[in-house]
Amino acid sequence: MLAFLVKRLLNAVGVMLAVAFLAFMIFRFVGDPVELMLNEQASQAQRDELRMRLGLDRSFFVQFGTFVFNAMRGDFGISYRNQQEVFTLIVERFPATFELVLVATFLSLAIGIPLGVYSAIRRESLGAQAIQFISVLGVSLPSFALGILFILLFSVTLQWLPAFGRGETVALGWWTTGLLTPSGRLALILPGLTLSLFQITLVMRLVRAEMLETMRTEFIRFARARGLPDGSIHFRHALRNCLMPVITVTGLQIGNLIAFALVTETVFQWPGMGLLFVQAVTFVDIPVMAAYLIIVSFIFVTLNTLVDLTYALVDPRLRQDALAGGAHGR
Amino acid sequence: MSGAPPLLAVDHLEVVFDTRHGPLRALDHVSLEISAGEILGVVGESGAGKSLTGTAIIGLLDPPGRIAGGEIRLNGQRIDNLPPEAMRKLRGKRIGAIFQDPLTSLHPMLTIGEQLIETIRTHLPLDAAAARARAIDLLTEVGIPAPEVRIDHHPHQFSGGMRQRVVIALALAGEPDLIVADEPTTALDVSIQAQITTLLKRICRERGAAVMLVTHDMGVIAETADRVAVMYAGRIIETGPVEAVTRAPRHPYTRGLMASIPSMRVREASLHQIDGAMPRLTAIPPGCAFNPRCLGASARCRVEKPMLEALPHAVACWHPVAGGPHG
Repeated sequence: MLAFLVKRLLNAVGVMLAVAFLAFMIFRFVGDPVELMLNEQASQAQRDELRMRLGLDRSFFVQFGTFVFNAMRGDFGISYRNQQEVFTLIVERFPATFELVLVATFLSLAIGIPLGVYSAIRRESLGAQAIQFISVLGVSLPSFALGILFILLFSVTLQWLPAFGRGETVALGWWTTGLLTPSGRLALILPGLTLSLFQITLVMRLVRAEMLETMRTEFIRFARARGLPDGSIHFRHALRNCLMPVITVTGLQIGNLIAFALVTETVFQWPGMGLLFVQAVTFVDIPVMAAYLIIVSFIFVTLNTLVDLTYALVDPRLRQDALAGGAHGR
Repeated sequence: MSGAPPLLAVDHLEVVFDTRHGPLRALDHVSLEISAGEILGVVGESGAGKSLTGTAIIGLLDPPGRIAGGEIRLNGQRIDNLPPEAMRKLRGKRIGAIFQDPLTSLHPMLTIGEQLIETIRTHLPLDAAAARARAIDLLTEVGIPAPEVRIDHHPHQFSGGMRQRVVIALALAGEPDLIVADEPTTALDVSIQAQITTLLKRICRERGAAVMLVTHDMGVIAETADRVAVMYAGRIIETGPVEAVTRAPRHPYTRGLMASIPSMRVREASLHQIDGAMPRLTAIPPGCAFNPRCLGASARCRVEKPMLEALPHAVACWHPVAGGPHG
């Protein structure tokens, strides 16, 4: 278990270093920061002075080392556009994105799992066929189109839900949440649904396929032979066996959701990291872009590692600590 | 056979698989009886219909398979036409089942205690603590050492033989009168096989349960069963007390089966084998299904189907072998 943990952590560190390298390369290839920061009339002396102050006269490896060291302390430099610390800028926006992703993940599990189980055990029914059909739509409809359709229907025509923004938020320390106010909760519904629709169909199809597979196994046949009620066989025995891949996919998809939130955030003008990034791109705000890349990757890698560790909790076969009692017979 | 009414009576059971090319008859007028405290061995090659008979009795035939005729009676009550929910309550409670591979028949993520307690509480009105105590008793009965500790372990922490004991404990959880054991020793080492068959015999004796032991291993039958039914191509072709059938098989097929068991006494260059293979369900020959492989087949065997006699040692053959031990 410890060796497993150490190995996973080393992997994570390796990936993060590679990402940091890529982010660092953006600075070098997008243009000379000195040219970007000084005006055209600046003298050579001024240029050299700034170059030295920014540490750009030092060797490539020293510069990369400094970049990584600063990034680890949360120092990503200063935004070119609004002269604020990049890290503060992103941290301010993080709660909005995270809450959106959390709601989308919750929706995908709460809706996807029951639908998946239903369409697996009532495979022939009309409802299951309809769900299968709709799920194809969910997979193929792009989220920006869906978001705009939702706005048109629920905000413009029916006027039930707000079309943009987070509504009122409450500050809990540095964290701002929209979950505690009615307008904040209402504002979460449309973007949450938009972001989760692909995810719902993914979870549903995964659960359905896994359930069909599991229902054919010997241990389900044996459970039926013992006369256990259908509810227990479906949910306690079969669904439990399907949860591993669902956890994996959900965990990995949280990273994807944070990345794809960019589109949803743009459609709904949601004040999250994704919107910040899109704005940064339009202004060639390189420190913000680099920091976004590193922070999103960090979340991705952290989730991946956590998912791996969760396996050990769900599947007792990966937990080797309780192996007592010895083997008899064989 | 004793005068007591049989615990299980299968009467002219027919099982049919509906396929695109029409119905296929997998079981053809299978009749058998088992009394309380008796072990009936059902033996045959793969595809002879022996497991299918067990599956039909526990009511787990899945479509496209279905019972097309005949009756199954447990203690005189018909069970082949019960509604699904009534049949579910019967399974595990009055009929216990043991499957072939203990590695795959236990849920890998639930402790054996969780699986036992759930099964016990499905069938008996016990609270959690009482069910746990009963689960420990069952584990003791099937010979699991330190059951109060082992009950909280997961299946992967048991060896194959121990797992099959757990499977047997699960089959006993609802105090069934009948146990259908489908190849219970096939997946196990030879040294463990004997332990499991001994355990089955002891359970049968101590609980007075009837056991239907399905296997392809004539040796296991000879050691364990009281009576034996030999199946071929979906039919019972010979049945009788184990002693009589093994010492003096009357059907040419049974005789071939017995001759193909390696002997400790006689050293032979090669084992006897029956030429040919069992026919597929789609191509069962008219008359006696064994006739293409039978050395003594006559014109009648190719036309007319022989019926099983109504005798203690019965055979379905037009030209049964006269008594006397095989060579």
